Amino acid sequence: MTVTEETTTSGPGYKWVGTRPIRPDGLDKVTGKARFGADLALPGMLEGAVLRSPHAHARIVSIDTRAAAAMPGVKAIVTGADFPDPAELGGRPDEEMVAANIIARDKVLYEGHVVAAVAATSRKQAQRAAAAIEVEYQPLEHVLTVDEAMADDAPLLHPDLKTRGMDPAPEEPSNIASRISHERGDLDKGFAEADLVVERTFTTKPVHQGYIEPHAAVADAGENGRATIWCSSQGHFAMRTMTATVLGWEPSKLKVIPAEIGGGFGGKTVIYLEPLAVALSAKSGRPVRLVMDRDEVFRASGPTSGTKIRVKVGVTNDGQLTAAEAWMAYEAGAYPGSPVGAGGMTILAPYDIPNFSVEGFDVVVNKPKVAAYRAPGAPMAAFALESVLDELAAGIGMDPVELRLRNAAVEGTQASYGPKFPRIGFVETLEAIRDHDHYRAPLGPNQGRGVASGFWFNAGMNSSATVHVNEDGTMTVVVGTPDIGGSRASMGLMAAEEMGIDVAKIQSIVADTETVGFNDVTGGSRVTLATGAAVVEACRSIKADLRARAAKTWDCDIEEVEWVDGQAQHAGGGETPLSLQALARKSGRTGGPISATASLNARGVGAAFSTQVCDVEVDPETGEVTILRFTTAQDAGTAIHPSYVEGQMQGGVVQGIGWALNEEYIHDRDGRMENPGFLDYRIPVASDLPMIDTVVVEVPNPAHPYGVRGVGEVGIVPPLAAVANAIAAATGCRLVDLPMSPPRVLAAITGKADG
Amino acid sequence: MTRTHITCTINGDEVEFLCDQDETLLDALRDEVGLTGVKEGCGTGDCGACSVLLDGRVTCACLVFAPEVDGTTMVTVEGLAEAGQLHPLQQCFLEGAALQCGVCTPGFLVAAKALLDRNPDPTETEVRYALAGNLCRCTGYDKIIRAVLDAAADMQTATNGGSTAATTA
Repeated sequence: MTVTEETTTSGPGYKWVGTRPIRPDGLDKVTGKARFGADLALPGMLEGAVLRSPHAHARIVSIDTRAAAAMPGVKAIVTGADFPDPAELGGRPDEEMVAANIIARDKVLYEGHVVAAVAATSRKQAQRAAAAIEVEYQPLEHVLTVDEAMADDAPLLHPDLKTRGMDPAPEEPSNIASRISHERGDLDKGFAEADLVVERTFTTKPVHQGYIEPHAAVADAGENGRATIWCSSQGHFAMRTMTATVLGWEPSKLKVIPAEIGGGFGGKTVIYLEPLAVALSAKSGRPVRLVMDRDEVFRASGPTSGTKIRVKVGVTNDGQLTAAEAWMAYEAGAYPGSPVGAGGMTILAPYDIPNFSVEGFDVVVNKPKVAAYRAPGAPMAAFALESVLDELAAGIGMDPVELRLRNAAVEGTQASYGPKFPRIGFVETLEAIRDHDHYRAPLGPNQGRGVASGFWFNAGMNSSATVHVNEDGTMTVVVGTPDIGGSRASMGLMAAEEMGIDVAKIQSIVADTETVGFNDVTGGSRVTLATGAAVVEACRSIKADLRARAAKTWDCDIEEVEWVDGQAQHAGGGETPLSLQALARKSGRTGGPISATASLNARGVGAAFSTQVCDVEVDPETGEVTILRFTTAQDAGTAIHPSYVEGQMQGGVVQGIGWALNEEYIHDRDGRMENPGFLDYRIPVASDLPMIDTVVVEVPNPAHPYGVRGVGEVGIVPPLAAVANAIAAATGCRLVDLPMSPPRVLAAITGKADG
Repeated sequence: MTRTHITCTINGDEVEFLCDQDETLLDALRDEVGLTGVKEGCGTGDCGACSVLLDGRVTCACLVFAPEVDGTTMVTVEGLAEAGQLHPLQQCFLEGAALQCGVCTPGFLVAAKALLDRNPDPTETEVRYALAGNLCRCTGYDKIIRAVLDAAADMQTATNGGSTAATTA
């Protein structure tokens, strides 16, 4: 298909982009009509339950399902033996890992690892039957932290795992799945040039994405070797691919229908229940619904990595960063794939530092396999680096924003991870905070102010969109990227802007895997950018088509027809303009239905930066930290729907505050999670927080039709350090271990060693 | 096991259903009555996604056994709009972009209605504490709090405007 080249316009002048209409799916979501993953019930549907390992690491000696299968109402039971051997899938190693994580075979690798699944006529009966399955385990020694897992005599999770990225390649297996590194310049020379060097070691605990909707899937397998899955996910095409892999099916045999998704933050880019539901449905011949309870969500779905990060940075007295060294180890959970790669690429990315070395390790431990979590890998890295920068600024007596400004990456800077930055807005976010009245507001006793910045790449990847002109002159925009936070609204706005029609005349829908072309997941802050680009491209094809039809009607050359304000106009003014509605009505006589599809691999992704300032008060008697005020400045490129851009910024900040102050996986000595519920795994609640002030910085991304940068993720990168820096300012104590919960803070301020 | 017959009023309608003795109100509302706007986020009373008004009190439906609700009156998110007219809270949530994924929204709306029913002019702090039992992971609460304050203001204006008009008449 041909794409009309149009130059990027920036700044004001848009009619629809930048406005705040009510989102098209909003009504159903305030009236209870919206259907989320667990809300679908099919005739004859069975309910499922999953049996999970009580051990952090054990060999499965035997599984006896006979008693369970004999219970009334039990229609199907599946174990690892019902699925193809991951090693024989003929796929890539990461696909084998996905398959092995879905259901265990010889060994369970974490508490919560699936051992069997049951379908029965009620959920309670399924649960009773699952409990009646007899499994004999031979417990094995386990490892829970990177220190334990990297020890010389550590028990191994995978006997064949040899570290990738080592030269020479190791001969012996270990729990270190891979090593990454980035280097530039001369580290010794750089540190020699510094007037002040600070080195610190930081730790963070695994934290969960904490979406309020537990994972859920309904599957209906037919007798024709096909199956339909309804599930809430961040990408139903990815669910289809991964589920097919685990089942050993062709992906085209599966149809995945997206339910509304109740939060994901990266954690719903992977499958858990879908292959189990299909297998149970195929075995029972009936639809099967599987829904996790919250306990299962915590124990078995992906948190992000616990980490240990050592950072050493040098600075001159006039604020030039001369050298940086980082050593990073990230827990992967039971299978390789921690976000240490992204952590290593992002940790120094905001700054132009001439000499550096970054080394990172992906380490398997006996905990659930980590899943993506909003800017995966970057927040912990930024916690370490931005804490050290704060100390350096204090050490040389320089304002912390000024130190960052003096070293900030700008257009043309060679990013620490490789490429040269195109136009970016990091400096603008720093200036926005420096110039904000928050930054100069007075503070009281026991109060402190911290700043921190963060970077995230944003992603492009594959998107398809189809646009139909309906016979009444309205338009339907069909996309395949689930709407988690208002993307239907931003698609509608871009289409309205492009077509010159009222956004109310555009219906945006998220379609299933057989109705729209392939789409990668809603993730990587990519949807407004990439799916938006596909929508714009499809609209441009429609406009070209409409102009051609007007030209045909007027018997003139298409070059004489312009598309202005939602209608075709004759350049010479000799014809009455034809509205979209008029052209739609006569489409049958001008070439048939008006419809266009665009499929693309989005290029020109715009990097995202955020700078944040946080005021805290620390209770000297309890160590409790109260967030008094928080302001975040983020470069959105162009805010298509500013309310939902602000919402992404605010949501990311508050997740970061939870990570900083409260959230952590707590395991007992046997490797069992002790706080698998929202009472003990405490995410921020409304009474913990102030309003989160936003400054939407708009430095348009020159490569996108509307200047869009992704906005979903970078907001979670700075808060960990912003809060830590504020606590340091309030107390004089530098906290290096997350979460900075009251006992930790109290121990720090009373001079006791950190427990 | 013999099932229990329940008669109650939900969203203004008399409703009858059968439930197991150990079935939660949440499961009964979703599975027996078909009100799937009531969401399960935790099943332990920690997230508020299943909030309903039970005889006027905001209640986590997951913490109540279904047989307990015989003879009671309940309001769920499905009952907030009346005669095709959205409740001001629903309208303000929409206009203020106070939802992202929307799964916590039913519980927030019900809990916020309970607040405004007893305190029509709450402060920001009062709203924050009244909604502290409802978890939202998407919004950071900012726009939710503002939407509730906006709805309170709108309802105050409507009440005052209404009484003024009545006096004039």
